[in-house]
Amino acid sequence: MRRILRGLIVLAVIAAGVAWVLSAPKTLPAEEFAGVTGDAARGEAVFWAGGCASCHAAPGSGAEAKLVLAGGQKFPSPFGTFLAPNISSDPSAGIGAWSVPEFGNAVLRGVSPNGAHYFPAFPYTSYNKASVQDIVDLKAFMDVLPADATPSQPHEVGFPFNIRRSVGLWKLLFLNDEWQLQDAPSDQLERGRYLVEALGHCTECHTARNGLGGLERAAWLAGAPNPDGKGRVPNITPGALDWVKVDIAAYLSTGFTPEYDSAGGHMALVVESLAKLPEEDVAAIAAYLTVIPALP
Amino acid sequence: MIKKITAGCVLLAVTAGVALAGGHSGTPEEKTVGARNAMMGLYSFNTGVLGDMMKGKTDYNAATASAAAAQLAALAGADQSHLWIAGTEQGVVSGSRAKAEIWSDSAGFGTQISSFATATATLAGEAGNGLDALKASFGGVGAGCGSCHKAYRGPRN
Repeated sequence: MRRILRGLIVLAVIAAGVAWVLSAPKTLPAEEFAGVTGDAARGEAVFWAGGCASCHAAPGSGAEAKLVLAGGQKFPSPFGTFLAPNISSDPSAGIGAWSVPEFGNAVLRGVSPNGAHYFPAFPYTSYNKASVQDIVDLKAFMDVLPADATPSQPHEVGFPFNIRRSVGLWKLLFLNDEWQLQDAPSDQLERGRYLVEALGHCTECHTARNGLGGLERAAWLAGAPNPDGKGRVPNITPGALDWVKVDIAAYLSTGFTPEYDSAGGHMALVVESLAKLPEEDVAAIAAYLTVIPALP
Repeated sequence: MIKKITAGCVLLAVTAGVALAGGHSGTPEEKTVGARNAMMGLYSFNTGVLGDMMKGKTDYNAATASAAAAQLAALAGADQSHLWIAGTEQGVVSGSRAKAEIWSDSAGFGTQISSFATATATLAGEAGNGLDALKASFGGVGAGCGSCHKAYRGPRN
């Protein structure tokens, strides 16, 4: 009996050790960023395509305050409520003091400068497919945005989801850096795929999730319950969205549906960012959305 | 026989629904919501005339563009206070998607209404001056729809 007990304890210790090793944050080495120079003008395009302001501008910000990334918007989920942090250029309240590799690992790997996992409410799950150059450019742009001293608020997430280390195991299960649309046979589709699957992180809201919060990839962009409880985030595959490309592009840059209703909810914020993309980028997103598998 | 009765009932129900939606019967609150939705329908129709020209779905026509923009400006510029009476928010009156914030933050809502009036007046002055002028002056109107809906319109379902 005592021997069995001792065996179990040994096993538990081994399991804990394995879990600790497996859940360790995996970062990109600083050399990945060496010699990559950031261009703020190019970074602005990345900023709008990535929709940073949609979540990190203070709640209710008008157009002029979009570039003050003070944080504070709340994002309810089945695991608790996440509060967008201050990512302004303020060196203490924001992220102005971060190095390029620190910023790059936050965005591309979901790891903070002090080595903690970020919760995947921050869509590094999509951004991990972005290019290092784009992220270095993004940093150059964000460095020249206004500083704001509002402190970041803690997430309202209870036990056991508040154990950051467990996000490491979540990443093992669900973090994926492969393209969902495997064939992108034109430059336009390749660009559209990059904008939708990497920077635009459309799937984070438009694809349903399993009980652990991992994406149901078989139902890619086929709609999901709205995490704030009201209504559904729509299916945007050709199985439900029968708009022609010009209508999709117009919606993304003006917010008007083909019936000239206007976008609401969080999508209205998304459109405020996408409206700043060049016309060919919006057309590329529209092209992507018309070739993905049609799901009911 | 049963099928016929069912069909008759469905027809009656649909007719009744259409009649109600027309806004000529019901409580004052229901009529107000009906009138608001009719106004939104006119906004949408006129925006659509202009939007289809900008998308290239229809050819640009200066007279039509001017008429549509002028109607938007006339609607947006009119006194709407009697359309936004208390007790007509979503969940209270069927068909309403008005958020309670319209009344709890009436100053913010008023700002939206007046900036939309300004944007549509600008558009009305430009829409007949060619497609490029239309496109250049339309942005503020589109942004106005979006920003007011974002803050003061509830979800569809």
